[in-house]
Amino acid sequence: MIYLDNAATMRTSEVAIDAMMPYMRTIYGNPSSLHSAGQQANEALFSAREKLAALIGATFKEVYFTSGGSESDNQAIISAARIGARKGKKHIISTKIEHHAVLHTLEKLKNNGFEITLLDVGESGIVSVEDVKNAIRDDTILVSVMYANNEIGTVQPIAEIGKICREKGVLFHTDAVQAVGHLKIDVQTDNIDLMSISAHKFGGPKGVGALYARKGVLLTSLIEGGAQENNKRAGTENLPAIVGMVAALEKSLDDLDRKNAYLKKLRDMLIDGILEIPHSALNGDREKRLSNNASFCFEAIEGESLLLLLSDKGICASSGSACTSGSLDPSHVLLAIGRVHDVAHGSLRLTLSVDNTMEEVEYVIAQVKWVVEYLRNMSPVWRDLVEGKRQFIL
Amino acid sequence: MALYSEKVMDHFRNPRNVGIIENADGVGEVGNAKCGDIMKIYLKIDGDIITDVKFETFGCGSAIASSSMATELIKGKPLSEALELTNKAVAEALDGLPAYKMHCSVLAESAIKKAILDYYKKNGRPYDESLFADIDD
Ligand SMILES: Cc1ncc(COP(=O)(O)O)c(C=O)c1O
Ligand SMILES: [Zn+2]
Repeated sequence: MIYLDNAATMRTSEVAIDAMMPYMRTIYGNPSSLHSAGQQANEALFSAREKLAALIGATFKEVYFTSGGSESDNQAIISAARIGARKGKKHIISTKIEHHAVLHTLEKLKNNGFEITLLDVGESGIVSVEDVKNAIRDDTILVSVMYANNEIGTVQPIAEIGKICREKGVLFHTDAVQAVGHLKIDVQTDNIDLMSISAHKFGGPKGVGALYARKGVLLTSLIEGGAQENNKRAGTENLPAIVGMVAALEKSLDDLDRKNAYLKKLRDMLIDGILEIPHSALNGDREKRLSNNASFCFEAIEGESLLLLLSDKGICASSGSACTSGSLDPSHVLLAIGRVHDVAHGSLRLTLSVDNTMEEVEYVIAQVKWVVEYLRNMSPVWRDLVEGKRQFIL
Repeated sequence: MALYSEKVMDHFRNPRNVGIIENADGVGEVGNAKCGDIMKIYLKIDGDIITDVKFETFGCGSAIASSSMATELIKGKPLSEALELTNKAVAEALDGLPAYKMHCSVLAESAIKKAILDYYKKNGRPYDESLFADIDD
């Protein structure tokens, strides 16, 4: 199997698995218990929090463990909205390419009297700093812009946006789920107030994550109960997963430049090879993208068939086509970068990890070429295009 | 549970009757690229019998499998029988489709009806308009 869906989730790293085991086998106490078993667990929890904080430029009190990226996004936005409501500020700025965990939360706030501005990103898939600046009003409480996009891999100008928000006194949240562990991130230099992290996107276990909230940014708890996480997130901490997450993050940030150079080489091979297919296009900026993301649209074919046939050839990939999502609309991200429905259905996302090899990439390029041609040969749309009855879009 | 039945995957991987018929007696195309599925059916008709049928499809796995199965079900059959083919029958012959994929099998039924209508019109044959009530052309 050739796994090229690392933006969906990654193999749990050996380091993370090894780190987790003792917290199930021997150090299994509840961190809230007063006895020695509990206190041992509590120390491990504290140490994990300190380590994670250090890896992102924060202090331990600013790190809250959650169940993952979705929960962190929800809590960050709901908390900022609560702060805004108290001050009579009910305007939030975000972008059209955010993850649904952000977009659906904003949608809910809209029903509670908030005004939401979703900025365009243009063909490059990168929001303009000027646009963010111009959208900020006196009643703006929050700007939420993802660090890197999960579908097209584009990296947003986070430090510049952070600077503007700080100057204007507006809270700044970034969904950094796709970026943490893949880019060097420091919440201080980027002027980030709230940041969402998810472990399984950098080799940690699934169902665990973190929310960074700068000192002084009051969180609203989404889950009521015990006093865990400084009263902001009730429930017995998933200590094995938390320890695994931190181990995975340390590991993925270790020697990051060398790994990214390797990933870039594979990514560029994929991009150059696949763009040899006529009437195909790369989604998102060629340069300002994650080292492991290659996303394409192909004219006259549909993404689900493409994925199923690639899967038959042992290749795990993903697509933003409607028929893979159960809705009639293709991905909002592809539509936002100006891909019309017709070609947005024919999308393919390949996301690498350092486990992938050059040989795999060569094989994948050859198979994608074959499958695209095979599907085009049975596509009435392709026939119309070739016979000049329909205009090529790509 | 797998997304698709073995039958669906078989017809998707080895679609029957893919291609076109030059000088077909009836051609029907339905769907649009915007919603992600387009199906085109070509018929060769002798007397009242469908002697040959081919299809081209732009669409997902269930759209391709439905086209393949639908063409199998009408090949060699009289027009009257082909007109009775429902999307439900196509889906059942495929051992079922996920609920949100049923619209893909509807296209197969419509494409066949549209191709037969095209044949009737081209040949000035009288036909029962009510049979084609939901076909727009
Ligand atoms: C950008 C982004 N935000 C949020 C999430 C949700 O993360 P999780 O699966 O940990 O809830 C994802 C994962 O799909 C993502 O890619
Ligand atoms: Zn479909």
